[in-house]
Amino acid sequence: MALSRIASSSHASTLLKPLSAALSIRRLISSDSTVPLTIETSLPFISHKCDAPPRAVDTSASELFSFFRDMATMRRMEIAADSLYKAKLIRGFCHLYDGQEAVAIGMEAAITKKDAIITAYRDHCTFIGRGGTLLEVFGELMGRICGGSKGKGGSMHFYRKQTNFFGGHGIVGAQIPLGCGLAFAQRYSKEENVTFTLYGDGAANQGQLFEALNMAALWDLPAILVCENNHYGMGTAEWRAAKNPAYYKRGDYVPGLKVDGMDVLAVKQACKFAKENALKNGPLILEMDTYRYHGHSMSDPGSTYRTRDEISGVRQERDPIERVRKLLLAHDIASEKELKDIEKQVRKDVDDAIAKAKVKNKKYIVQSAIPCDRRTWLTILFFTFIFFSIRK
Amino acid sequence: MATLFQGLPSSTAFSSSNKFNHAPAPTSFSGTWNNERKSSIVTVRSDARWSPVLNSATHKPQRLITNAVATKADSSLASTSSKPGHELLLFEALREGLEEEMERDPCVCVMGEDVGHYGGSYKVTKGLATKFGDLRVLDTPIAENSFTGMGIGAAMTGLRPIIEGMNMGFLLLAFNQISNNCGMLHYTSGGQFKIPAVIRGPGGVGRQLGAEHSQRLESYFQSIPGIQMVACSTPYNAKGLMKAAIRSENPVILFEHVLLYNLKDRIPDEEYVLSLEEAEMVRPGEHVTILTYSRMRYHVMQAAKTLVNKGYDPEVIDIRSLKPFDLHTIGKSVKKTHRVLIVEECMRTGGIGASLTAAITENFNDDLDAPIVCLSSQDVPTPYAGTLEEWTVVQPAQIVTAVEQLCQ
Repeated sequence: MALSRIASSSHASTLLKPLSAALSIRRLISSDSTVPLTIETSLPFISHKCDAPPRAVDTSASELFSFFRDMATMRRMEIAADSLYKAKLIRGFCHLYDGQEAVAIGMEAAITKKDAIITAYRDHCTFIGRGGTLLEVFGELMGRICGGSKGKGGSMHFYRKQTNFFGGHGIVGAQIPLGCGLAFAQRYSKEENVTFTLYGDGAANQGQLFEALNMAALWDLPAILVCENNHYGMGTAEWRAAKNPAYYKRGDYVPGLKVDGMDVLAVKQACKFAKENALKNGPLILEMDTYRYHGHSMSDPGSTYRTRDEISGVRQERDPIERVRKLLLAHDIASEKELKDIEKQVRKDVDDAIAKAKVKNKKYIVQSAIPCDRRTWLTILFFTFIFFSIRK
Repeated sequence: MATLFQGLPSSTAFSSSNKFNHAPAPTSFSGTWNNERKSSIVTVRSDARWSPVLNSATHKPQRLITNAVATKADSSLASTSSKPGHELLLFEALREGLEEEMERDPCVCVMGEDVGHYGGSYKVTKGLATKFGDLRVLDTPIAENSFTGMGIGAAMTGLRPIIEGMNMGFLLLAFNQISNNCGMLHYTSGGQFKIPAVIRGPGGVGRQLGAEHSQRLESYFQSIPGIQMVACSTPYNAKGLMKAAIRSENPVILFEHVLLYNLKDRIPDEEYVLSLEEAEMVRPGEHVTILTYSRMRYHVMQAAKTLVNKGYDPEVIDIRSLKPFDLHTIGKSVKKTHRVLIVEECMRTGGIGASLTAAITENFNDDLDAPIVCLSSQDVPTPYAGTLEEWTVVQPAQIVTAVEQLCQ
């Protein structure tokens, strides 16, 4: 299948590249161009009881560029969270998403903010994808009032009502029936929206998944169940926990699709396909073949049940950000330097957000101790002082 | 004394903007359990160690009335207004409340096993599926964990589901959803999501239903932060509490009782909603405060007749609100009578009575002339055999004996 439209002129552009870089001549495609590009996914989709979507994905330069920027932000955020945890500023549980960014970003590209997303505890990036800010993430992780849940939830409890992000759940698999309920509400109010219920390969063995699938299929609920298969349920490999690790097939009567979860365009295509399908035919399962670089959580080194070679191998061959970087460079949408600048900017944004979140919010302390605002309190103090000094 | 007591809205009429302080009065459960008891009172309490002396004392020549479910309208129990209304059975009152709320608000829906076409295993939802459709009165598969979760997820978006457990005991399978999601999502989301769901169903000891179908879930659910619990006992309060629970922005668990569904009484024709946090004064009195709820109310009223004949004047309060306790009404009563007897159907260990005893001791210790006596069911699985089952639950004769001992 033909790659981008500019394939024929790529030869010319390669010659012009150093010249254009030096002279800052406008490129064939600028990074904010919305001119459609068609790019093929690196792997085909594998389907179960449905027709697989085409491998050619419609995208644009600006979309690819935004993919890079957003994924870089997520990656940087997770790495920073790692450092904060080791510095004991984040406590309790902290489950990091680096390596899996393509799933969050690809999904957002295919849907609207009216569609609902619900996920488990590896939710920092999903929250960002749904419009959360870096300040809200770091605030929440460090237990500050500026956090997304006012510091009351923690790492596993990010929510964003205005963009239909329903969390953020600590108990494995418990979000699946909730997701079914979201889809039920969508069907009840006859909205043309869908619910993406994300769960992991560990949760795929929960009974409530099958109960929810049964109900969703019974009532044709617009629910899309997405199994983020990173191949390890904490420390247990998928083949040690599941008799049948083909999670996209386990819905039996529910159609399924296996997707390369490290390819953001494949994820986008699959989610777009799923949304169209769910509105017409009811639930389906998407299995995203993805990988997490960190351990299950910060208390898990991640190397006792898998080899370091495996981790670095995936990082070299399948890293989602590197893929997009290569695409951007190959299609001449951005230069190496520009991409490095973005990464620098992202680093700065993350550091700024952390610095802002670290500031202890004094207002919170005053409010909880004294039942009035600071000005009133100071006024009372002032007059009390005057009163006692006059008395003397 | 009552340093932590927070005044709860009890005497004000129900208002639609009744805000639930989602950090309910911590007085209910904080504080230590008072283990010091006078030995003379201990023997009265229903517990696994059943002394033979007590047995013979209660096996009086007269026939023990164990079936204390009122089968005819008893005017002394009527807590309704004296206005002419219409007569109906308790399950019909629940249905009436449900139907009125479903008509009033299209977001109200019901889900549960056999609630739709079958009409409900206790006929509470009979006819509603025909009227409102299969989506609004949803027959679910037998999957308590997931349909409860589904209801909670729907509630997060603004729907107001009423989740029915065919028997409260089955909701043990949904405990995770009820505790972690229903109870806590409002808090963990920093207030973003409200869960206006109602979880209801029959519980309690029935007529030889066996151990698994005779459970008292209020014991287990009472610790869940973020939920409210109410128990209905008459057609009047059943309808009022059902409506209040549906209108509440908080998750409410409404406990019904298997043996009370066929209670007949007169209720007002005009619309009324009761307060979820109020206790009901069943019979004012002077000598002793008897706190009870659900089916035990009838055992208490039976005992009250005997007590009145013997010259005692018990004050009977149906606490109705199991979480939070209406410490305002209870406190007023304790300050008047200075003696408290709690009669409950929960097990001895960790039941509503246990928490109520702690709450009263903590708040009104100075007003008590005698230690609180709590009559509960025995800490055993409910036997199938009828005679054994009778003895695991508190009987009117035991209540009479307890009051006599307390008022010495």
